[in-house]
Amino acid sequence: MNLHELTAHEVRNRVARREVSAEEVARAFLERRDAVEERLQAFITPLDAEAVLSQARAVDEALARGESAGLLCGVPVAVKDNICTAGLRTTCASRLLADWVPPYDATVVRRLRRAGAVIVGKTNMDEFAMGSSTENSAFFPTRNPWDPRRVPGGSSGGSAAAVAAGAAALALGSDTGGSIRQPAALCGVVGLKPTYGRVSRYGLVAFASSLDQIGPLARDVTDAALALAVIAGRDPLDATSAPEPPGDYLAALERGVRGLRIGAPREMFEAEGVDPAVRDLTVAALETLAELGAAVEECRLPTATAGLDAYYIVAPAEASSNLARYDGVRYGLRVPGADIVEMFERTRGRGFGPEVRRRIMLGTFALSAGYYDAYYRRAQQVRARIRREFEEAFERFDLLASPTSPTVAFPLGERTADPLAMYASDICTVTANLAGIPAISLPCGFEGGLPAGLQLMAPPFQEERLLAAAAAYERATGWHRRRPPLGLIASAGEGGA
Amino acid sequence: MPISEDEVRRIARLARLGLEPAEFSALTAELNGILERVERLRAIDVEGVEPLAHVGGLHTVWREDVPRPGLAREAALAGAPDAHEGYFRVPRVVAHEEEEEA
Repeated sequence: MNLHELTAHEVRNRVARREVSAEEVARAFLERRDAVEERLQAFITPLDAEAVLSQARAVDEALARGESAGLLCGVPVAVKDNICTAGLRTTCASRLLADWVPPYDATVVRRLRRAGAVIVGKTNMDEFAMGSSTENSAFFPTRNPWDPRRVPGGSSGGSAAAVAAGAAALALGSDTGGSIRQPAALCGVVGLKPTYGRVSRYGLVAFASSLDQIGPLARDVTDAALALAVIAGRDPLDATSAPEPPGDYLAALERGVRGLRIGAPREMFEAEGVDPAVRDLTVAALETLAELGAAVEECRLPTATAGLDAYYIVAPAEASSNLARYDGVRYGLRVPGADIVEMFERTRGRGFGPEVRRRIMLGTFALSAGYYDAYYRRAQQVRARIRREFEEAFERFDLLASPTSPTVAFPLGERTADPLAMYASDICTVTANLAGIPAISLPCGFEGGLPAGLQLMAPPFQEERLLAAAAAYERATGWHRRRPPLGLIASAGEGGA
Repeated sequence: MPISEDEVRRIARLARLGLEPAEFSALTAELNGILERVERLRAIDVEGVEPLAHVGGLHTVWREDVPRPGLAREAALAGAPDAHEGYFRVPRVVAHEEEEEA
């Protein structure tokens, strides 16, 4: 087996036991990354070999000195390009920040480094995390490793494609309305959005601050648990990070699903646009969970599908405020103008791509005098109703389950001309962000050779329960072990591996 | 409640977004398409429901009033498009009266 085929926890254990050096691991993943990158374009900034190898050597030297092995020692990790990395450009896939180099590391990046992770590059995404296909990147689209004519999902599409193709053992993404879970589903990997506040947002470039959360994209549930164990916890630099102590996520993996009550909200299975084949795969996954000892039952979340409408008011409103900072003064692009207002307008008009402009306009409209009550206030009231419905559902159920994405990966270009068709991708995922609850996407089968995802949702701070059920499902099915057919690339790049 | 192209121009000014004149008609159509969809929110009974802005449930978070190092001035200015003697430099905001008259 090639080293790049190992999971993050396998890499970590072998490096910690000194069976293989972090440098050897890094070389294997670099070779793989470079072999697949031409076809996938998962990275905006792939780190050069020396920058990767020097991190790996530092890990090896620390182990040789007898220092204890971090939870991610020697694990090659890809980081979404809206998460700040000191001295390494962080573009948010925007022309506006194309050359911006952050002066500090995000808290999650500091925690990765402290745990011995080796950062291999910054991944492609929809501009400012606004999109569901990674086609809104100002630079280039990323391709799905299962079929390069299709999208990897988004907005964390580069992170999902990199993990699916073995260009990194693990990746970080961000999830505002499904941006970790939907690309995880479309690329056949595991994606976890933690509870709002579970992971520090310090150094995550803000999109919609009441919804944004950082989380892992991983090859299996164990790797997702490992990553969460590293990044979770209160951070004095993020006042919205939660004081609750993190759980024992790795121990939770052994707990199983027996006795758990799982609700299947009918509205999410019957939502507009849910492909019958995807629905069937999700129903089959529920049957598997029942065979494993869970009590599965249909339930109702009457306002769930209106979550999409509430989301497309709340998220743009927050974005219009957060993105006001890009004015050509303190960082990023400046396009000169006759006076300062013209400079602002030209900088923003040319720096932002079409989807970002659309959302700034929508958000500014929803917050403007005369429209506020009809749109923004009402959307927040619907948000309150949705949260209440989840609270009621979780009085009867330990977990809720649904499809992650209503469809498998769609062809590049299919939805770029129709914003509403693109937004429809998020119908089953946005509610978890609106309610602030944790949710995970797991591979649950294939339709026409393309992976589909099962979404599990839990009450706030119940990531352990989520991981326990996910791990039990994964052990019983093994869908996560399937790898995309990148055989041509492998034979060209790896010489008879 | 469709919004007009003039209204879209006004919002673009509020958002400080400089768009090409040709962009407004397509943008108006797109925004109206989205607004038509979110009209469904009106069908939901929210009578008496308090709006929810934030799920964290946190109130003002305090920390000890202890000095700690912040971002150094050079680091803060390093990404600026134009910096001068320790400051961000921008085009003149207020014109001199004499220049206005000249």
